[in-house]
Formats: sequence, structure tokens, C-alpha cells
Amino acid sequence: MSDEVDHSRRRLLTAATVGTGAIGVAFAAVPFLASWKPSARAKALGAPVEVDASKLEAGQMLKVVWRGQPVFVVRRVQAVVDQLSGHDDMLADPKSEDSVQPDYIKSTGAVRARNPDYWVGLAVCTHLGCSPLGAFEPNNSFQVGGTDLGANWPGGFYCPCHGSKYDLSGRVFKSMPAPKNLTVPPYAIAANLRIAIGVDDAPKTVS
Amino acid sequence: MAAGPESAHTASGGGLLGWIDQRFPLSKLWREQASEYYAPKNFNFWYYFGVLSLVVLVNQLVTGIFLTMSYKPSAAEAFSSIEYIMRDVDGGWLIRYMHSTGASAFFIVIYLHMFRALLYGSARKPRELLWIFGCLIFLLLMAEAFMGYVLPWGNMSYWGAQVIVSLFGSLPWIGASLVEWIRGDYYIADATLNRFFALHVAALPLALVFLVIAHLMALHEVGSNNPDGIDIHKYNDEKGHPLDGVPFHPYYTVKDLVGVAFFLLLFCAVIFFAPTFGGLFLESPNFEPANPLQTPPHIAPVWYFTPFYAMLRAVPSFAGTQVWGVLVMGASVLIIFFLPWLDRSPVRSIRYRGPIYKVMLGIFAVSFIALAVCGLKPPAGIYPTLAKVCTVLYFSFFLLMPWYTKYERVKPVPERVTGHD
Repeated sequence: MSDEVDHSRRRLLTAATVGTGAIGVAFAAVPFLASWKPSARAKALGAPVEVDASKLEAGQMLKVVWRGQPVFVVRRVQAVVDQLSGHDDMLADPKSEDSVQPDYIKSTGAVRARNPDYWVGLAVCTHLGCSPLGAFEPNNSFQVGGTDLGANWPGGFYCPCHGSKYDLSGRVFKSMPAPKNLTVPPYAIAANLRIAIGVDDAPKTVS
Repeated sequence: MAAGPESAHTASGGGLLGWIDQRFPLSKLWREQASEYYAPKNFNFWYYFGVLSLVVLVNQLVTGIFLTMSYKPSAAEAFSSIEYIMRDVDGGWLIRYMHSTGASAFFIVIYLHMFRALLYGSARKPRELLWIFGCLIFLLLMAEAFMGYVLPWGNMSYWGAQVIVSLFGSLPWIGASLVEWIRGDYYIADATLNRFFALHVAALPLALVFLVIAHLMALHEVGSNNPDGIDIHKYNDEKGHPLDGVPFHPYYTVKDLVGVAFFLLLFCAVIFFAPTFGGLFLESPNFEPANPLQTPPHIAPVWYFTPFYAMLRAVPSFAGTQVWGVLVMGASVLIIFFLPWLDRSPVRSIRYRGPIYKVMLGIFAVSFIALAVCGLKPPAGIYPTLAKVCTVLYFSFFLLMPWYTKYERVKPVPERVTGHD
């Protein structure tokens, strides 16, 4: 056996030791990173919620909480529903191509709802997650938080954080900070106007 | 006085200190870091802010430790535990106001400390790593301040967290799951508050203290810059000490004490007479509990984030995503790291630079303040346009720097520091 140090052997052993150690650290990191994911309790609390929309008058709005997020349920007046497709040229994404909603909502076009009279959508601005306000009056005198919504305001939602404006189908206007239309969650409407938010199929129990 | 490693061990002689010195380099550390650390003798007003940030750091650590003793990091109890501290804990209001005012004071002294580096070229070679440690401290401080602001669980805490965490959601592909991972729930919830508490009181302060030590070690390795931006180690006396330097202790420790006393005077005035500072240091929507269903009518971050927030808002969404604003905001912080390599001037200090740098630095300072104002105001009227213009000016200062500093005519630099004989 020679007294000389075999450097290549030493380098190989060092690299192998470091490599093995790094793999060990990577595996050991998994439970720590995983502990930041929503816990089983948080997932259980994220279950669907049911809303009774039968007592809403035309022009009224309900705000309910689903998965901790505010959800709008708006009963639109007939005049608004009739005009919804009349201002497509002012919108950033009139056909909701780039926005988030179930396919059965996207296929309804300008209405963006399972029932044209009831619009359901997340009250979470697609810009940075603020909660937009309802600004339904279609005229130029309506003011929110000191901001004039301007002439030709067809009625809709206004986000007070950064000034994004949406129409009453939650579709965002052009040149707004928000890039997308308001998200529509999966929901289903039963015959007695009980709306289940978070599921695609109507609730089985009719009470 | 004899030199060499042997004398270092015997210099302090016997007694308790001698006993310690044979086992731990206490006297050696003191000599190297204070009594024989030679700092340039021409430090001016701008050189107070380093030591002041250390004072504020200690204030934040001490008051923070005492706040954790009465604070409850849960969504159900956080807000009421803050009210408990304010009303029922003896001295609690003072400790909390010291902590909340300290947060703003931290950014005031840090911004002035960084501006000093722009004035006198303190980031230039060989102080690049010192500058990078400082920038990392600034970055961590922003994370620390943001998470601390969430802890009272007021309505602005809640919606501020919502806005800032959503920033990560705009990243392509991984955005949505990354946001869910950060929150630990489908919304800003108890889990989010709890983990922000852990990071705010344990992980980030630990990293901050470590970086501050690295910052000081790097400083004492390369030596302090000075208002003339010249190397004081060129001319030494027969002992090898710089002619234009004085030992940090007692000369600067005593001078800094005066600065600290003056600072504490202002600091206490805010704590006792204007702890909310007109809604700038503590925002009024945060005096009501977090309400996930009610966004405050106007969301503005605390003042020290508003320049970066204004840049975020100044960029419109493009190609169906608003990631561009997030990227611009990230770049506005990261570009500061590159300062030592962007500056190509043959001189360090503004005293010997030409008019172009002075004008650019002035424009930069004004646009930074203008951005801070824009970030506080609702996005209406003149402010969106002003923010766009100032964002361009902010980046121009950095991105054009390699040219305007390289070709600018500079004045001759003196051999020795000026203003002293």
C-alpha cells in the first residue's frame, strides 16, 4: 500500500458522500414543505355551501362565504339581462375565453349564468383578490369611494382597491388592472332556487 | 507595545479577563471591532443611520419578545389579544407602540442609510458583498414588516395579506398552487396567521441578526467608506494606523451616542404624541377586526411599501395576465443589488462627480418620494399617470447608470480626506 494520497478516489468518495447527504436532506424536507399545504381540517371545511335565493328581490344581492371567499348571488333585473350583450366592445374578455368558470357557464356567453336572472360569482377581484362592490346604477352620477364611474356606466361591480370595473356578468372592462373576468365557481340551482356553491350537480335533497 | 500572537494572549494579563482571554478571544474581538478599528475621521451626519438601525433592531427584538408573551397567534383571538395588550397589560400600550413605531423608524433609517451609499459610492469595490448583505437585510426586513403587519388581524392586515399573497398567484403555471401552499388554506385563514407568526418571531429575526453580523464583519474587513470616497489606508503613521482614521471606540461610540439620543427624542415624541402618525404608521381600517367579506374602501400598504406598490399598480395587465406588474415590482427591489456594477464612475463620492449624476440622483430621490405618495392615494386622477412616469424615472436611474457615470467629467479626487487637518 502506497503512502501517496489517491486524490481521485478521495474526490469520488467526497462527491458520493455529499450526493447521498443531499438526497437525504431533500427527502427530509418533504414533510416540512408538505406541512404548509391545507390540512385535512381545512379541506373538510372547504365543502360546498347551499344558499336560498328564493327571497331575493330583483336588483338585490346576497354575499355568502364559500371556502372563506365571498360569493355574490345577484338577482338581475330584466332590463339589465337584456342589455348584457350590448357593450361587448367595451370589455377585455367579452366571451370569457381567458377567464375561469365551468364550461356550462362559459357556453352561456354574455349571461354567464345557469339562470339568466341569477348571477353567481366570486366576489374576488382577479387583480389582487380584493372584494369588489356592487355598483348597479346604470348612470353617471354613481360614486364609489370618491371615484366617479363615468358616463355610459352600464352597472356592475367596482373594485375599490385599484379601480377595476366589471359589468353585471362579472366581465371586466378594457384597460383595467384586472386581467380576467370575475371567477364563477361551480354551482347548481335546484328547482326551489336553492343554489349549491362548490358542486356541479343540483342538490339531491329538496326540502 | 509588542506585536504578535503571543502578546495577544498575554496583553490583558491576569484576572477574570485574562482567564477568559485564554479561552475565548474577548479582548481580541474588542480590539479588532472597536478600540482598534480605524474609521475615517470625516464622517458626517449621514453616517448616523447605520448605528441607528442597530438601535432600532434591538428595540424591535426586545419589544417583540415581550409582545409575544401576551399575543395569541390565532384568527379567533389575535385581534382581541392586541386590545388586551393595549388596555389590560401594564405598560402593554407602550411596548406595542414602541414596536409599531420602531417598524416605521426602521425603514426611515434604512432608507437614509441606503441613500448615503448612493451619495458617497459606498457600494463600490471592494464593498460589493457588504452592499449585497445590506440589500438582503432590506429584503428580509420587508418580509418581516409585512408578516408583522398581518399579526394584529385587523381588516387592513387581512386585506393587505390577501393582496400581497395573491401576487404570487400571477406567476405562470405554479401560481395558484403556490398561493394555496403559502396560505395553507383556500383563503387567508388561521393557518396563514399562525405560520406568519412563526416566521415573524423566529425564522426571519434569526436570519436578520445573522445577516447583520455578516454585514458588520464585511464592513470591518474592507473598512468604512467616507464622504470623500477615498481609501484612508494609503497614508499611515509609523504604527501602521491610517492618518485619516480614528479608533471607532471611543471617538465614534461617543459621537454616535449623541445621534442616538437625538433620535430617541424624536422616536419618543412619536410614541407618546402621535403613535398612529396620522394613519401612516398605524392605519385606521386596522382598528376593526379582519372581515373576509368587506374590503376596506381604499387599500394602501403602510407607507414604507408604497413606492414599490405604486410601481406594481402602474403596470397594466397585458396578454391576459397581470404578472408584469409583479415582475416590475420585483425588479425594482432586485435592481438595487446590482448597484456596484452599474456604477462605472472613476470616483465614488458625489463631491467629485459631475452634474449629471447629481441631477439623476435628485430625480431618483424625487420620483421615489412621488411613488410613495402615489402608492398611498387611490388610483384615480393624476396619480396613475404620475406613477407610470416615476416608475420609468426610477428604473432609468439604475439602467442608464453605466453610461452617464462612465462618460461624465469628474473632478480630481484629493489624496487625503477634506475638512480636517
